[in-house]
Amino acid sequence: MRVEAKPIEATKLLKKVMSDHFYELDEASRTKSKKIAWCTSVGPAELLRGMGFLVYFPENHGAMLGASRMATELIPYANQLGYSPDICSYLTSDIGSYLAKKTPLQKSYNIEAPPRPDVLVFNTNQCRDVKDWFSFYGREFDVPVIGVFTHRSLGKIQDFHIKDVAEQIKALIPILEEVSGQRFDMDRFKEVVALSKKTSELWRACLETASHIPSPWTFFDATIHMGPAVVGRGTKEANEYYEVLLKELKERAKEGIPGVPEERHRVYWEGMPIWGKLRSLSELFSSLKTCVVASTYCNSWIFDQLDPEEPFESMALAYTELFIVRDEDYKESYIQNMYEFFRFNGIIFHDAKTCPNNSNNRYGMPERLSKRLNIPCLVINGDLNDLRCFSEEQAKTNIEAFVEQLEEV
Amino acid sequence: MYYVGVDVGASRTKVAILERNKELVGQDIRRSGTDFKATAEEAFTSAADGIPDLREMGFFCVSTGYGRRNVEFAHETRTEIACHAKTAYFFYPGAITVIDIGGQDNKVIKLDEKGRRISFKMNRKCAAGTGAFLEEMSLRLNIPLEEMDQLARKSQDMVELGSYCTVFTATEVLEKIRQGKKVEDIVKGLFLSVLKRVFEMDILSQKVVMTGGVVAHNPYLVEMAKEISGNEILVPPFPQLAGAFGAALFAWELIESNKREVEDEK
Repeated sequence: MRVEAKPIEATKLLKKVMSDHFYELDEASRTKSKKIAWCTSVGPAELLRGMGFLVYFPENHGAMLGASRMATELIPYANQLGYSPDICSYLTSDIGSYLAKKTPLQKSYNIEAPPRPDVLVFNTNQCRDVKDWFSFYGREFDVPVIGVFTHRSLGKIQDFHIKDVAEQIKALIPILEEVSGQRFDMDRFKEVVALSKKTSELWRACLETASHIPSPWTFFDATIHMGPAVVGRGTKEANEYYEVLLKELKERAKEGIPGVPEERHRVYWEGMPIWGKLRSLSELFSSLKTCVVASTYCNSWIFDQLDPEEPFESMALAYTELFIVRDEDYKESYIQNMYEFFRFNGIIFHDAKTCPNNSNNRYGMPERLSKRLNIPCLVINGDLNDLRCFSEEQAKTNIEAFVEQLEEV
Repeated sequence: MYYVGVDVGASRTKVAILERNKELVGQDIRRSGTDFKATAEEAFTSAADGIPDLREMGFFCVSTGYGRRNVEFAHETRTEIACHAKTAYFFYPGAITVIDIGGQDNKVIKLDEKGRRISFKMNRKCAAGTGAFLEEMSLRLNIPLEEMDQLARKSQDMVELGSYCTVFTATEVLEKIRQGKKVEDIVKGLFLSVLKRVFEMDILSQKVVMTGGVVAHNPYLVEMAKEISGNEILVPPFPQLAGAFGAALFAWELIESNKREVEDEK
């Protein structure tokens, strides 16, 4: 009989932190007590919070649509409007959710709909789709859509990249002042950047506990526990949460409490989660005694460079040095560093049909990394949200065969 | 003790029974249908028909294929990737690329000199390059599937088909018929399409071992593969049984290596 992993206690607190976040937004939306900014996952959230906005992250809603398996049913509503099934399925499922007036917030929090925005703020460091996504809502709600255009495929980051992005962030301020009716306050902004830096440090420390053998948790756990880092970075609530989680993970590591009982193999996950299949994939890996110990995805909310003394420039650097905006050479070196730190013996690349920017198998990287690190790599086809693009049986066979291969090594 | 391999594929269920000397003494191939469990049992019963002492001597069974978890009498499971590789290496030891063209998927598996997997790839969620592609085309052309091989051999002026997608290829085929192209030339073009889809999945090693039902029923496809690739193309005996045979080899290993360990401990 298979031994179950000991549940992570902090999950109870996680639920409270996430529900408080949504209730605060919902109340502000209904009572107009506070201005609401929608922000892309790695958009200038610190600036928005520093200017008094409550911040809502549609990508988090996208992940909820995926995890609740509502996405596949809702995507076609956006397709009918001309948004192709081949573009970002966060975008199509979120717009579908808006059109069909169905959201997982209803079941999870008894909240009728996502909060109404006063302004939409993007950063194209994720992709161009985020701007198109926000532009839809800009037209629907007749509110400003503003943002930052990030340089892409960068090797070495140059000063002019940082100056440009920092200037773009500063240029948002007059519009945000107009929407919020408040003057920009540098001291408050710096405080938020300091809090956000703390969130990042704590989140990094949590993820790094997986370097222990056996790892105290898995990538699948981390995709759930990253919620506050995504929606609450720069808030004391998020930081308090990660203090609790980190303490527990350290204790688990010290006592040898594993994320996967009888861990035999350690694997790295490159690419987006398959949100609607988190549980089944988690169980599959667990049954194969294989722990997915680390991922580029969860690391994407680590912003080492944030510095309250230089808030604009450090935000520009932190948001430009992200894996997703870098070239192949950088990405390969990055994964090599992960390999040396987390000591995994295989890499799984998720080729997400609708997310080319987060699918790093398409330019020969698995083949190159397999040679460079002398470990096997596997590519599985799927999608972050659109389960029509995922064949469960084929993915299972691939993963099982991959673990057989690890056994042979 | 007998060693049984059961390969419940998306299209066909195959059973191979080996003796201790790894000789194939029983086999069966039948449609998988909708009740994998019952089909596996029927196939096993049929394969064991000529082995009166099987129940008395006992057997150890490894199942594989999409329905591997539906085989109730199996003691262990292995993926079809492992099993096809096992069979290919058993017959042709050395660094090889194994190409399995099955009913609904294909696989390209690379093995090193010692038979360890270096890498493997399966087709994406698409019928291109699979048996399902040929089945669909046989329906469109109104030709029995089993006649395709003989027709392709007659071709003098092969029709090149460019589409990737099965549905688009069907449209392209209709267009060729409208243009008055000969059926045998179209069928050879379909064979080439299957080979192209498979060959573009990975770089092949010099020695290639082809397995699976499509190869078993269309030996002309193998001849074409030799011609196009210039590689040494090998086909094991009973290529459609390769998955089941590999599973039976795993069954053999699991028991015999255990026995050896016990003897060593003594």
